[in-house]
Amino acid sequence: MTDSVADISHLILQKLLENPKVPRDISGDSRIVEDLAFDSLAVMNFVMEIEDTLDVSVPLDKLADIRTINDLAACLHAIKAEQA
Amino acid sequence: MSAGLFDKYSTLKGNYESLMAASPRNPFGVVIERPLSATVGIIEGRETLLFGTNNYLGLSQSGLARDAAIHTAETMGVGTTGSRIANGTFGLHQKLEKALADVFQKKHAMVFSTGYQANLGTISALVNKDDILFLDADSHASIYDGARLSGAQVIRFRHNDPADLEKRIARTDKTTGARLIIAEGIYSMTGNIAPLNEFVDVKKRHNVPLMVDEAHSFGVLGDHGRGVAEMQGCEKDIDFIVGTFSKSLGTVGGYCVTDHDEIDLMRLCSRPYMFTASLPPEIIAATLAALEEISNRPELRQKLQDNAARLHQGFKAVGLNTSNFISPVIAVTLEDIPQAIAFWNALLDAGVYVNLSLPPATPDNRPLLRCSVMAAHSAAEIDRAVDTFGSIAKELKLV
Repeated sequence: MTDSVADISHLILQKLLENPKVPRDISGDSRIVEDLAFDSLAVMNFVMEIEDTLDVSVPLDKLADIRTINDLAACLHAIKAEQA
Repeated sequence: MSAGLFDKYSTLKGNYESLMAASPRNPFGVVIERPLSATVGIIEGRETLLFGTNNYLGLSQSGLARDAAIHTAETMGVGTTGSRIANGTFGLHQKLEKALADVFQKKHAMVFSTGYQANLGTISALVNKDDILFLDADSHASIYDGARLSGAQVIRFRHNDPADLEKRIARTDKTTGARLIIAEGIYSMTGNIAPLNEFVDVKKRHNVPLMVDEAHSFGVLGDHGRGVAEMQGCEKDIDFIVGTFSKSLGTVGGYCVTDHDEIDLMRLCSRPYMFTASLPPEIIAATLAALEEISNRPELRQKLQDNAARLHQGFKAVGLNTSNFISPVIAVTLEDIPQAIAFWNALLDAGVYVNLSLPPATPDNRPLLRCSVMAAHSAAEIDRAVDTFGSIAKELKLV
């Protein structure tokens, strides 16, 4: 079971690297918009994929504070704990 | 040193400049110098076929609506100069609300000054920060903006996917806040039609109200033109129907119809309803006339369906990539922006105007040449549009 922030961050990185357009050298500290060149729609669509994997829903307002992959992992971890 | 006001737009500026360098004309700056009819307008001094106006029944040029507007302007003047909850409600506004409620067979209607405000005003009156909204991922900007204005938590579900909606609703079954599902009838970019009857099954299983935006489907689908919910036989289970006057009705404004008696409370807490001037009387009169015309001329809907099918079949026959739904919005999907810019400019050079829709305003990050069909188009006009699309697609080696 995926439960720690580090595990979720690893899962996000794996998912991102499935997309050939994503730079190969990304890490948990990579910024989603600036370093990955995702626009707002791409971010929302990517989060939807992660939601399905983790069986959680991320309200859109939570995305406003997310800059890096680790931020997203921490957010997903917190929501998963709330929904448990 | 603090940032300049426009510093944040540096990426947008770069994208805009690249677009302008690649396009002989500004795709966001097309001017219809004047319409000659519903289907032909003067653009760049030339007669141009209009295939991107959302004027589905051609009623922006209705003689009856025009005469009603002229008569009303002559007798009542041209504006209300006030809010609906102050001096901006004339007898005509109430008459139009009654007419809309009657058309939809609902108890109540509320009229807004634009379709955009109808979504902002309805959504923000129904939910607040303690509540959860479930939005189709491909929802119109007015729905996203209404959600933001409301402060509610927003959860997106996959486009037109009732099973995905149900999965996301089930995750919130223990929530204490109110919940609301929002879908559209016809999606404005692609012409896709929603499975509203299946969304109704989901809403019943989880006891969550459903709001539907029939902006592009009112006057277009259903035996009486009431939209996708009528076509799919589930109108009674839609809690709130929102729509616009600026598509099939040919004017401007928006509405919400419902059986909920709390509508008078909504009027008092909907900021987009009350903090703006109400629609001018001549627009209300023209809209009432157009509503009557839709009711009295069902043949317009049949002609529109025939025309939509003709354009759709034509595009398929020349090998263009379009949705499988036959609706009055027919979008040709292209692979990249340079291709879309070249295609759109060639169409306008050849005298055919359509909408150029670019990501991120489009689903799947791909550009669209978005066409809207009218009942007023002749078969010859549709065939000319198809031939033009076909020959440009060949020149660009896309088919």
